[in-house]
Amino acid sequence: MPVGDRALLIEFGNTISLDVNQKVHTLNRAISELELQNVEECVPTYRSLLVYYDPLKTSYEQLVFRLKDLEERLDEFNVSIRKRLIEVPVVYGGKYGPDLGYVAKYHDLDKEDVIRLHSERKYTVYMIGFVAGFPYLGEVADEIATPRLKTPRLRVPAGSVGIAEKQAGIYPCESPGGWQIIGRTPLKFFDARKHPPALIQPGDTVKFKQVVKEEFQNFSQEQQK
Amino acid sequence: MKSCKVIKSGLFTTVQDLGRYGFQRYGVPVSGVMDNYAFVVANLLVGNKPNDACLEMTLLGPELEFINDAQIAITGAAFLPTINGENDAGWQTLHVCNGDVLSFGRLQSGCRAYVAVRGGVDVPVVLGSRSTYVRGGFGGFEGRRLKAGDVIQTYMPSTFLKSGFLMPQELIPCYSNDVMVEVVLGPQSDYFTDRGLETLLSSIYTVTAESDRMGYRLDGAKVEQKDSLNMVSDAIPVGAVQVPRSGKPILVMRDAQTTGGYPKIAVVTTPDVSRLGQAKPNDKIQFSKISPSKARTKLLEHMKTLSQMKGKLIKTGM
Repeated sequence: MPVGDRALLIEFGNTISLDVNQKVHTLNRAISELELQNVEECVPTYRSLLVYYDPLKTSYEQLVFRLKDLEERLDEFNVSIRKRLIEVPVVYGGKYGPDLGYVAKYHDLDKEDVIRLHSERKYTVYMIGFVAGFPYLGEVADEIATPRLKTPRLRVPAGSVGIAEKQAGIYPCESPGGWQIIGRTPLKFFDARKHPPALIQPGDTVKFKQVVKEEFQNFSQEQQK
Repeated sequence: MKSCKVIKSGLFTTVQDLGRYGFQRYGVPVSGVMDNYAFVVANLLVGNKPNDACLEMTLLGPELEFINDAQIAITGAAFLPTINGENDAGWQTLHVCNGDVLSFGRLQSGCRAYVAVRGGVDVPVVLGSRSTYVRGGFGGFEGRRLKAGDVIQTYMPSTFLKSGFLMPQELIPCYSNDVMVEVVLGPQSDYFTDRGLETLLSSIYTVTAESDRMGYRLDGAKVEQKDSLNMVSDAIPVGAVQVPRSGKPILVMRDAQTTGGYPKIAVVTTPDVSRLGQAKPNDKIQFSKISPSKARTKLLEHMKTLSQMKGKLIKTGM
């Protein structure tokens, strides 16, 4: 469907699900692999792909025709996708994860259980948004899925790792936020001087790894060098 | 080359170009000038390329002292510019000398003005653009708005223009306090009741004080949504008219976050997003519907107008 006068939106559903999101990323990769000349920029999200096009080179109708054809052949591209796996070191609890205790209590678990459940599975990067470089990851195990804070914090430190319902996220910079913060990573998720500027891309896979404070501090110092 | 020193910063003065494209998938907004038309003309008046970086000022202009001779042009909102206290006109090439002070008077109409300097403002290119993204703290002049004491650098022009240019009077936009903008309905107009759509297209909305480069919150009749629908977040284009549960629409502008969960009832056409750049708090906005094909025709006309603008400028002496 048309979005204003120079973009169109392809929706694959209205749910947060791996299946729907997978289709979004496959179509996104298919478009970028084919280097469609008239496409300027694509924005993949949970459930849809926003495609900006050059109105001088194509019309809405022409592009819809082209993309429909591509959508039917998505399986061909699905095979060729190599997923990147990014390991994210996290210090859980304490001043780094002030809400770890709350999440554990909410589900009547030990803190260690929350850490294990959070770090044992792989997450898909559904989309990046909210602030530059903020990855929305899914999905979190039902056992630790926790609603957002009733009152958002005015300041969440950079690197904070959070949970909101069945989603996980990482704050790339200090910003306001209402997610349950269970830990912090020393990795820098966004740097405007780099290309690409974000450490991870939509469609990538992320796995959290528990580290101790000393490793965090060493890592932070190394990154600052 | 040092060009000028900021004596007073004005309310919100930043370095901008046409914007940062290709990084929305990483959560990076497009940023860039709020009024493309005035910006491109400012550049053309000093013989720059259409995308050379300029200063964008909002509601209250800065005071700038030039350190070197320069050719400049001021376009956009009418601020009564003066050089060394003497009235000068916008929409034409001006010559300033080392020591000259450019000031801006009270705002007469519009919201944002542009100052182009021959050569273009010299700031590092970040992710393909010289635009400032203040919230992210990058781009433009140190990723922030200008403050007193800053020294603006510009690229050394190959030559000075031998003759200046003047924008023909009939091509200078009149910025009214009542703005009509055209919207293409969708992508989530089906989240709204027929009455909701009718409300949006028949009401007059007021731009509230909560309006900046990220977006304009509007006050006016509430747009009714269908009850049951809860939307999963997706991408937000510049110009989107999104409606939170309160029913009061928010116009998405250039520094807005790239994803969000409010349904978008419509999207303002590209030429009209540029015109909205001159809307300020208390201005009135009315939305009218346009078909996607008509919107495309108008967009192509708009692009043609801009690309032919250079030939329409009137040559003047310096």
